[in-house]
Amino acid sequence: MNLFTAVNEGMRQAMKTDDTAITFGEDVAFGGVFRCSVGLREEFGSDRVFNTPLCEQGIAGFGIGYAAMGGTAIAEIQFGDYIFPAFDQLVNEAAKFRYRSGGQWDCGGLTVRTPVGAVGHGGHYHSQSPEAYFTHTPGIKVVMPRGPIDAKGLLLASIRDPNPVVFMEPKVLYRAAVEDVPEGDYEVELGKGEIMRPGRDVTVVGWGGQLRVLEKACDLAASVGIECELIDLKTLSPWDVEIVSNSVMKTGRLVVSHEAPITGGFAGEIVSKIQEECFLSLEAPAKRVCGQDTPFPLVFEKFYIPDETKNFEAIKEVVNF
Amino acid sequence: MSSATFDLSSTFSMHNLDTAPPTSTTATTEELLEYFETMYTIRRMEIECDTQYKSRNIRGFCHLYDGQEAIATGINDVFTKEDSWITSYRCHAIALIRGGSVRQVLAELYGKHEGYTKGKGGSMHFYNKEHGFFGGQGIVGAQVPVGVGLAFEAKYNKKEGEPMNVALAAYGDGAANQGQIWESANMAALWKLPAIFCCENNNYGMGTSVERHTSNPGGEYYKMGNAIPGIKIDGMNVLAVREGMKFVKDYCANGNGPMYVEMQTYRYHGHSMSDPGTTYRSRDEIAETRSARDPIEFVKKALIENGLKEEGEMKEIEKRIRKEVSKASKEAMKGEIPPMEELYNYVYSEDGSKDKTEQQKFIRMPQYDKSIKA
Repeated sequence: MNLFTAVNEGMRQAMKTDDTAITFGEDVAFGGVFRCSVGLREEFGSDRVFNTPLCEQGIAGFGIGYAAMGGTAIAEIQFGDYIFPAFDQLVNEAAKFRYRSGGQWDCGGLTVRTPVGAVGHGGHYHSQSPEAYFTHTPGIKVVMPRGPIDAKGLLLASIRDPNPVVFMEPKVLYRAAVEDVPEGDYEVELGKGEIMRPGRDVTVVGWGGQLRVLEKACDLAASVGIECELIDLKTLSPWDVEIVSNSVMKTGRLVVSHEAPITGGFAGEIVSKIQEECFLSLEAPAKRVCGQDTPFPLVFEKFYIPDETKNFEAIKEVVNF
Repeated sequence: MSSATFDLSSTFSMHNLDTAPPTSTTATTEELLEYFETMYTIRRMEIECDTQYKSRNIRGFCHLYDGQEAIATGINDVFTKEDSWITSYRCHAIALIRGGSVRQVLAELYGKHEGYTKGKGGSMHFYNKEHGFFGGQGIVGAQVPVGVGLAFEAKYNKKEGEPMNVALAAYGDGAANQGQIWESANMAALWKLPAIFCCENNNYGMGTSVERHTSNPGGEYYKMGNAIPGIKIDGMNVLAVREGMKFVKDYCANGNGPMYVEMQTYRYHGHSMSDPGTTYRSRDEIAETRSARDPIEFVKKALIENGLKEEGEMKEIEKRIRKEVSKASKEAMKGEIPPMEELYNYVYSEDGSKDKTEQQKFIRMPQYDKSIKA
């Protein structure tokens, strides 16, 4: 099963088990541009699966209102790049509703799904990874799966989590990632990372589609005798500090990689926290391998992205410090 | 029970509608007295806020509702607890009218633990779950899409054979120019949601008068929609608000879709406490409104001129309410400040320890006894 089918399965499961669950967004009733909601309208009816006008701020606000009344709202923002018109609603309304109302209510039933990341030809507005804007906002959770099994389990956990969640789907993997996804209902716990491969020399941290790149980088490292411990964070807010700090205590070295621009990116938060927690265990300065501080450049995409060779270089540099 | 009949023929203007509210209404002494007391309490509460703000007992942002009392009062008369209401930052009166007390409102403004959101929100953030009041929102216009979500819930959970509950999203004439109002109005009309878009047109978007901020002819916001009908209501006449909103609610609750409502009103105070409110309008204009259109004077006159109450009796009521507000204010000020843990509560749900935000170990909390109170 590929990633878009896994997302589809996750939503189907959520809607089957929760009568208040609705899903909506631009062209969602027809399956959505990435086919994630295909067949849901036929199964659950047009009262529960429907198209909205092209208005992200309205979509987010609408979902918040419905969730505030106790409903489960699964909103789709067609591209992560289009989430910015909804930014105010998510940051000022969704994230603060529980706090603002002194705990009287919340919009925890809201999950906003959105595709993110580079695809090779997306250009400025179909390639961005806006996770760090949201990790900077207490009150919302930020989740990004690396493959179909996690996509289904994390999505179900996000939809059922009593907090609003921004769920980012690496769109490059929609068709490319194929795994044996379990049938039926299961959740992958939010806030927990996973060690994808253990190693003793250097800790390598990533999330979402970047893990494919990091796996290749770790293979390259292995070919020169460097053992990497590769960690998938899965949830960025709240993130699993323990799994990373335990690993760095062991390896003494850290590389964090993401596609979003380096300045103000989430890697900065991880590196900062880890130097606090593991200062005396560090054998080398922690390194960030990220996108460049430019808008996402169409023709320069290959130069912009933190690919496996850049990561391999960083791993070697950190190990040989 | 004594009552009087009032002419409402000049209090409504309709847009894209074949039907209209009645041209006259009857109100009993009790009803009128209730309106008077509510409105006068709101007025006194807002004046108390003004005083306390200037005495620096209320800090931060503070937007007052005096002048607009008839709107909240008239709407509330028509609404049930099951109807939802969401509004802007100008929300003290709605908090009061939707199941609150003067003391609770002021306690929130004083930053006390007994306030609506435990003193954490302040002026722009009041809520009452029990009474379907979804609060004041600090961002201009942002409450309106949320209100449409509330209306969707009312439609989704509609009971067979009964009218729907309605959701009212209130905003000012300044906010009426926000793009998100159009987005949400479009969705509400498309899906025929029981959403009421209630523009409280007090003539000024902060310091810019309505003629300068809208291209709508005559600054008339009830004509905003081509697909959505509208009604303009004299927002200084509580009976017009009552009858108008009865009509609007009935229309929306019965599946006809949303409606734009424009309440013609006036704000006596500046936009917020940092705005003296006199640079973009004349003192004469304010004084004229006070003498000719004041919503509380209207009710008072209605009671006296129809022989339902004596002038002396009204004076007594005013005196009593002034005392009550002042007492509530003093009590609220005596309240406790919220405990420090409250800072970390309600960021995330409390279902698991991992979700809870925690104090960073090395940050020392201020000692109020030593620093602020001294």
